[in-house]
Amino acid sequence: MIRIVHYINQFYAGKGGEEMANLPPEKIEGFVGPGMAFNAGFKGEAEIVATVYCGDSYFNENEGAVDVVMGLIKEENPDIVICGPAFNAGRYGVACGTVAAAVREQLEIPSITGMYEENPGVDMFKSKTIIVKTRNSAAGMRDAVKSMVPLTLKLAKGEELGTPAAEGYFSTGIRKGLFEEKRGSQRAVDMLLKKLAGEPFETEYPMPQFDRVDPSPAIADLASATIALVTSGGIVPKGNPDHIESSSASRYGKYDIEGVDALSGATEETAHGGYDPVAANLDPNRVLPVDVLRDMEKEGIIGKLHRYYYTTVGNGTAVASAKKYAEAIGKELIADGVQAVILTST
Amino acid sequence: MVKEIEKTGIPVVHMCTVVPISLTVGANRIVPTIAIPHPLGNPALPEAEEKALRRGLVTKALKALQTPVDKQTVFEE
Repeated sequence: MIRIVHYINQFYAGKGGEEMANLPPEKIEGFVGPGMAFNAGFKGEAEIVATVYCGDSYFNENEGAVDVVMGLIKEENPDIVICGPAFNAGRYGVACGTVAAAVREQLEIPSITGMYEENPGVDMFKSKTIIVKTRNSAAGMRDAVKSMVPLTLKLAKGEELGTPAAEGYFSTGIRKGLFEEKRGSQRAVDMLLKKLAGEPFETEYPMPQFDRVDPSPAIADLASATIALVTSGGIVPKGNPDHIESSSASRYGKYDIEGVDALSGATEETAHGGYDPVAANLDPNRVLPVDVLRDMEKEGIIGKLHRYYYTTVGNGTAVASAKKYAEAIGKELIADGVQAVILTST
Repeated sequence: MVKEIEKTGIPVVHMCTVVPISLTVGANRIVPTIAIPHPLGNPALPEAEEKALRRGLVTKALKALQTPVDKQTVFEE
């Protein structure tokens, strides 16, 4: 029987939502939550012997968390470790990737996780473990389990996986030799002809995408600079007048803070559904530091705090959407003569 | 968002708690913060101390904006 340890967060372990995201690592015997579907999928070939869970905030804020998790996993002497799947949850993706990578490195046994392509954990860990492609929310759990189960069994048995495209996981960047029917020159000409005809074709050697932006020059004179505040932490006027969604935001907000000395729990709140809102709702300056910047403006340290702040909810929000909002925001900031931006994220 | 705004030529400092995510998405100036639900505060502190903590972080961010960088830089101190 193949022994499996499952790593999940406190939510999937049934230990509460965001208000419990600070829970340190713990372990239970057997399976819980998504582990139930996995275990059923193995049809007796493998068994989840224990489940280790940890709050996502705790994991990401405490460097030692991974060591504790690894200790709990090691005691079970597993043949393979399953993490998540994390879908498009960023903190959970980082936690799953960190654990999966540590399992391979420290225990020298295979590991597997699942994520949506825009989860930052994909880029961080796809070369360090097997990350199965999933949908962007837990609604895709059934499909995720279905594609992760056969790969888990193959990995545990030491069988070779097929190509990333055939098996549905993210390329690990490892190249393997294989025989093709046509020689390289013919395949290259075929591809070129397709390209010339405007037809779709699949390259055999995708170029890495360096999606980087050169750093902008530093501001020279802080005392005369206008600084704008932008946040993905979802701070909005109380009541959320523009109805920015708590996850997968379809819009951003722009709000006037002229003459406002400090944000306050009486007038602002967070619309973000991906973190415990208690601290931010009591004092929104903890996410968007209007109070401090207003003081600095009065003291002449900065020239001016820009009249408007921009805000959206960075919780499972599509990269394409965030890009679109920021493009529009950037244009307005330029037009308004803003010299620098402080962008806060939760 | 950081990248799209930075593309306009305006320098952006990203204040966040999970620095590896910020590095992955491509922020150029990064200031690590306190905790995910309260990056610029700590509810466990008395109000005045908490504000001083926030001011320290914002000061660090302003310093980052005044520092020329040619690659991704995390401003720890």
